Amino acid sequence: MRKLVLAISMLALVGSAAFADPVQDRQALMKERGKLAGQLSKVVKGEEDFDATAVLTTLKALQANAERFDAEKLFPAGSDKGDTTAAPKIWEDMAGFKATEDKLLTNVKAAVASPPTDVDALKAQLNTIGGDCGTCHQSYRIKKG
Amino acid sequence: MAWLKKLVGAVIVLGGAGAVAGWALSAPVRLDAATVAELGTGDAARGQRIFNAGGCTSCHAKPGSKGDGRLELAGGLELKTPFGTFVPPNISQDAKDGIGAWSEQDFANAMLKGVSPSGENFYPAFPYASYARMKPADIADLYAFMKTLPAVAGKAPGHKLSFPFNIRRGIGLWKRLYLSSDPVIALPDGTPDKVLAGRYLVEGPGHCGECHTPRDFAGGVKKAEWLAGAVAAEGSGVVPNITPDGNSIKSWSEADIANYLETGFTPDFDSVGGAMVEVQRNMAELTADDRAAIAAYLRAVPPHPNGYPARKPAK
Repeated sequence: MRKLVLAISMLALVGSAAFADPVQDRQALMKERGKLAGQLSKVVKGEEDFDATAVLTTLKALQANAERFDAEKLFPAGSDKGDTTAAPKIWEDMAGFKATEDKLLTNVKAAVASPPTDVDALKAQLNTIGGDCGTCHQSYRIKKG
Repeated sequence: MAWLKKLVGAVIVLGGAGAVAGWALSAPVRLDAATVAELGTGDAARGQRIFNAGGCTSCHAKPGSKGDGRLELAGGLELKTPFGTFVPPNISQDAKDGIGAWSEQDFANAMLKGVSPSGENFYPAFPYASYARMKPADIADLYAFMKTLPAVAGKAPGHKLSFPFNIRRGIGLWKRLYLSSDPVIALPDGTPDKVLAGRYLVEGPGHCGECHTPRDFAGGVKKAEWLAGAVAAEGSGVVPNITPDGNSIKSWSEADIANYLETGFTPDFDSVGGAMVEVQRNMAELTADDRAAIAAYLRAVPPHPNGYPARKPAK
C-alpha cells in the first residue's frame, strides 16, 4: 500500500512537473509543429513522394497542434525569464500575438478543408503557413546567442 | 606668464588648423567622372533583381506593408539604435517628398558615396558602405526600376539623434575610414564564378554584413570579424554568425542555405525570425542561381567565432 501511495505521488509529481513549466511546454509544441512542417517541406522539395493521404494526415496533425496552442496558459505573465527566446512584445501586445496564431490556425484549417492534390498545391499552402511562422517569429521571438 | 600666452596661442592655432583640416576632410565627396560615365542607361527589368537583392522595401516601405504595398516607399519605419532613432525617408517617386526629381547621377551619388543631391552626408544607417561595392551599371538598372514605382506623398519624420551624432558633416570623416568600393574578402584567382557572384550579392546590394558583422566604437563594420554575427543594433537579441564556424549554420549544406533563403525554413524546420523575415521575403524573389551563389560564398568566407557574447545560462 505504501508503495502504491508512493508511486501515485511520484506520478503526480512527474505529471505536475510536465505542466508546471510553460516554457518547456510551449517549446515542445513548437518543436512538434516544426517537425510537421518539415515533413511537408520534404515532399515540396521532392525528397519524398507526394502521397495525398499522408499529407492530409500531417496537415490534420498540424491543425491539432495549432488548436492546442493556448496563449494564456503557455505564455503566463512572468514566463519571459530563463531559457526562453520569447520576446517581451508578447506580453505588451497579447492581442496581436493571439491574432498571428489565429491566422496560422485559419490557414491550416483551410488546407485541411481543401487538401492538396499535387505538390504544387501543397507548395502554395506551405508557403502561406511558413509565412505565418515567420510573421510571428518576426515580432514575438528574440534570437539569442 | 608669457609661456601661458604662448600655450594658449599654440592651442588656438593648432585647434584652428585641426578645425580647418577636419572641415576639409569631412567634405562630402561625389563620384568621379569616370564612374558617372559607367552608369549608362539602366534597364528596369534587370533593376528589379537589384531592388530585391538590396532589400529596399524592408526599411523604406511603410511599416507593416504587404503585397504591392511594399512598393510604396514612403518610409517612416523607426530604427532605434544606440546612436538614436533613424527614420528611413520617403524614396518613392514623389518629386517633392520622395526622390522623383533626382537624376540618375544624384541617385548614384547617394548609393555609392552617401551624398545627397544638395551635398549633405547621409547617415550610414542607409547602408551605402555596402552599396559602394556595387557596379555602376546595376545602380543605373535600379534607378530605372525605381522610376516605375508609384509616387507617394508625405515626408517621413526626421531622425532623432543626440549630439555629436546629429552633426552630418562628421560623417565625412567616418566615410574616410569605412567607405571603400573594394571587396571585403579577397578571393584567390580561380575562385568559381558562383562564389564571386555570391560575394557581390552579399557584400554589395545584399548588405548582409551591416547586421551580421560586429561594429567598432565608431560604428564601422569590423572587417576582421566579417559575418561573425553581432549584438543586434536594434532592440535586444543577437544576429547570428553566418561564417562556416558559426554554430547557427555550421552544419548547413549550401542547399540548406539556399532553401532557407527561399522558404524561410531552417534544416531542422525552425522558421526565419526577427528582421530576417523581411530579408528572406526579398531573397525569395531572387532566382535559384542567385540564392545558390550566396550560399556558395557563405561557405567560402573565413570562419570566425561568434561576434556576440555567449548566452547566459538559464537561472
